[in-house]
Amino acid sequence: MLRRIKGGVHPHDEKKSTDDKKIAVLPLPKKLFVPVHQHIGQPSVPVVKAGDEVKKGQLIAESADGRGTPVHSPTSGKVTEIGNYPHPLYGKSPCVVIESDGLDQWQEGLLTDRSWEVLSAAEMIDIIFKNGIVGMGGAAFPTHIKLSPPKDKKIDTLIVNAAECEPYLTSDYRTMIEYADDVIKGTQIVMKILGVQKGFIGIENNKPKAISLMKEKCKGKKIEVVELETKYPQGAEKMMIKAILDKEVPSGKLPMDVGCAVQNVGSLKAVADAVEKNIPLIERVVTVTGRTVKNPVNVMAKVGTPFTELFDFCGGFRGANGKIIMGGPMMGMAQVSLDAVVVKATSGIVSIADNEVDLKEELACIRCGRCIDVCTMRLLPNVLSILSEKGQHQTAQTDYNLMDCVECGCCYYVCPSRRNIVHYIRQSKAKNAMLRNAIKTGSK
Amino acid sequence: METKETTANIQKPEKLVITSSPHVHNTESVTKIMWIVNLTLLPAAIFSVINFGLPALITMLLCIAGSAACEAAIQYWRKVKVTVSDGSAVLTGLLLAMCLPAGIAWYVPVIASVAAIGIAKHTMGGLGHNVFNPAHIGRAFVMASYPVAMTTWAVSRIGNSADFAGAMGKVADFDVVTGATPLGILKQQGYQALVDSFGGQSAMYKALFIGNTGGSLGETSAILLILGGLVLVIKKYIKWQVPVVMIGTVALFTWIFGGKVDGKLVYFTGDPVLHILSGGLIIGAFFMATDMVTTPLTTQGQVLFAFGCGLITVLIRLYGGYPEGVCYSILLMNALTPLIDRYIFPKKFGSLPEPVTRS
Ligand code: SF4
Ligand code: SF4
Repeated sequence: MLRRIKGGVHPHDEKKSTDDKKIAVLPLPKKLFVPVHQHIGQPSVPVVKAGDEVKKGQLIAESADGRGTPVHSPTSGKVTEIGNYPHPLYGKSPCVVIESDGLDQWQEGLLTDRSWEVLSAAEMIDIIFKNGIVGMGGAAFPTHIKLSPPKDKKIDTLIVNAAECEPYLTSDYRTMIEYADDVIKGTQIVMKILGVQKGFIGIENNKPKAISLMKEKCKGKKIEVVELETKYPQGAEKMMIKAILDKEVPSGKLPMDVGCAVQNVGSLKAVADAVEKNIPLIERVVTVTGRTVKNPVNVMAKVGTPFTELFDFCGGFRGANGKIIMGGPMMGMAQVSLDAVVVKATSGIVSIADNEVDLKEELACIRCGRCIDVCTMRLLPNVLSILSEKGQHQTAQTDYNLMDCVECGCCYYVCPSRRNIVHYIRQSKAKNAMLRNAIKTGSK
Repeated sequence: METKETTANIQKPEKLVITSSPHVHNTESVTKIMWIVNLTLLPAAIFSVINFGLPALITMLLCIAGSAACEAAIQYWRKVKVTVSDGSAVLTGLLLAMCLPAGIAWYVPVIASVAAIGIAKHTMGGLGHNVFNPAHIGRAFVMASYPVAMTTWAVSRIGNSADFAGAMGKVADFDVVTGATPLGILKQQGYQALVDSFGGQSAMYKALFIGNTGGSLGETSAILLILGGLVLVIKKYIKWQVPVVMIGTVALFTWIFGGKVDGKLVYFTGDPVLHILSGGLIIGAFFMATDMVTTPLTTQGQVLFAFGCGLITVLIRLYGGYPEGVCYSILLMNALTPLIDRYIFPKKFGSLPEPVTRS
């Protein structure tokens, strides 16, 4: 049965240019700029210094408060510097710069060969934490925290998010095709950790190969493959749960409040690698694509690889670039330069051609209601944008559910007045957060 | 910005555009929508020129030029960007012309245009901010100011000469034969007189459907208007529920309450077909009650709006002083739109009671 969601949009999926391309291996870059801030939360702290020799997989940064995730060296070589370099999300951010020695040597005694079945849940959570695994769909939320829900939340279902609803991106798809066994193993591991009996893999029906492959691999396991309608934002956590379980996560709550955990395909492969082979998260599949990229690819890239290396691997550009986006075009982050590097959350890098960039002037809302029709959170995006414009950020929050917006961008996508509603909403959220902080510090 | 040493030697883009997400759009725009709506009205507009001749064309051009010029003048004066090219003023002018009789004195369309654009649209703040449908404000304004001129309806040339070729031959003709509209006859002389004037009921329906009757420019060619409206429905520029509900409401209530025998009301004897095909209901339901700016935001709200329009139209037609009523019903419902929007809106995600858990 095909599962559908209400609202949402159908952007051109643009996946053709990479969906049949095998994951290539990037030649070893000369220098890697590994950011120590790779998850949501406080940045980790470097534990190496300039001049140190490092091996592949060696710990190079550690969480200061124990809640963040550690960072490991993606290759062997020498630390030349710890300095601020462009990060795709946080402007300039501290990076451990590693000059590769070209050997790509693993740290001695690091790799193991063990079976997940003999390990206990607590042991596996510890392994996942130590190997620096985060949500690889874009949010970069530390996986070990997600897998340790408070005692009072009973989780009974695991959902594997394999929708990949963003246009252009094919990294999850290729991971499923080429690492199907690892993905399934990761799913079983997480099911064991959470103690759940039922797992679902949600895949959009524009990926029939992945659906049939996964169905075959899931035979005899407690995992069910669910076909989802191809529609953006099907891969948003709450939509996924709605489509598969027909449960609505209450506003302000998390999936665990409806007894559910959602994991991304890439993260599950990383989990499997970590638990069985003790491989830390040091590389990931990245889709490098866009109209101006000569040979779009899916590539296994090491964390810390500059974007320039990736585009170089694609044969460079044809035609003028307008934007470079990390992530998909609906929710991704526009980049200031090509100097930013691959991080654990980089699912893709998309170039938007000069002539595709649409800078049409924003007009007044003509009350067409299209944004309301597509808002999957069932908000009034037009009202939110107008309130933000007028500076009534508090009203937006108290009366119009500002905080429920997931910033999926569907409202902007359909707005004939080209109102950048999402931007307005972000502004309101930021203003309100500032106000809250001011009140907090004021009352101290 | 310092650059990093890498082995890569690709040419870096000189400048990149930075905006917040999303970075793609479905390419719809206000301008595109407005011009397409204009286009869908064009067949009916051309038909009205054939039907009423040059005077219709002149009325139409006066309205369009008047609206566009008025918008340009106001925006120039306010020192804001002149947005005539977005097609919305042209659309207002065209819709306004469709509500006026052919061959009306030149100053009436001009004054109506100024009322539509100047008063209804720009005093409210321009496109997107107006509460009332500008074209209908323009019409209501001149209806109040020039009641005689506004009820002196041109009579269809095709209808009179019973052939297209004859009408085509006379397109450049300035003479306007005036007469009453079907609903006018119905109001003053009763149903039987109306049927007789067409020479039978089926002849009447046919004449109404094709457009061989008297009336305003846009009142006459139901079929072309419906075709235009269908294009809008298919393109998802309007929701099918709105015209269906509005027309359906009118049909239902005129059928129940519209029939009279010997001057006395007899239920379920009204003639819904007559009411659907005349008095500008079709153009109102497809093109005016679906105006984005002045109608509710949500589909449910729009359905309520359409129902209200239909109901008020029937009240005016059957019990009011005017033979038609589409214009006033839509204006009245425009006034209720903010209220409808206040009470009808989607319930946010996650606020529904939890469904029974599936096993
Ligand atoms: S208001 Fe927020 S949740 Fe709704 S469509 Fe816009 S970005 Fe998405
Ligand atoms: S889509 Fe744009 S113009 Fe239409 S109601 Fe929403 S904000 Fe207004």
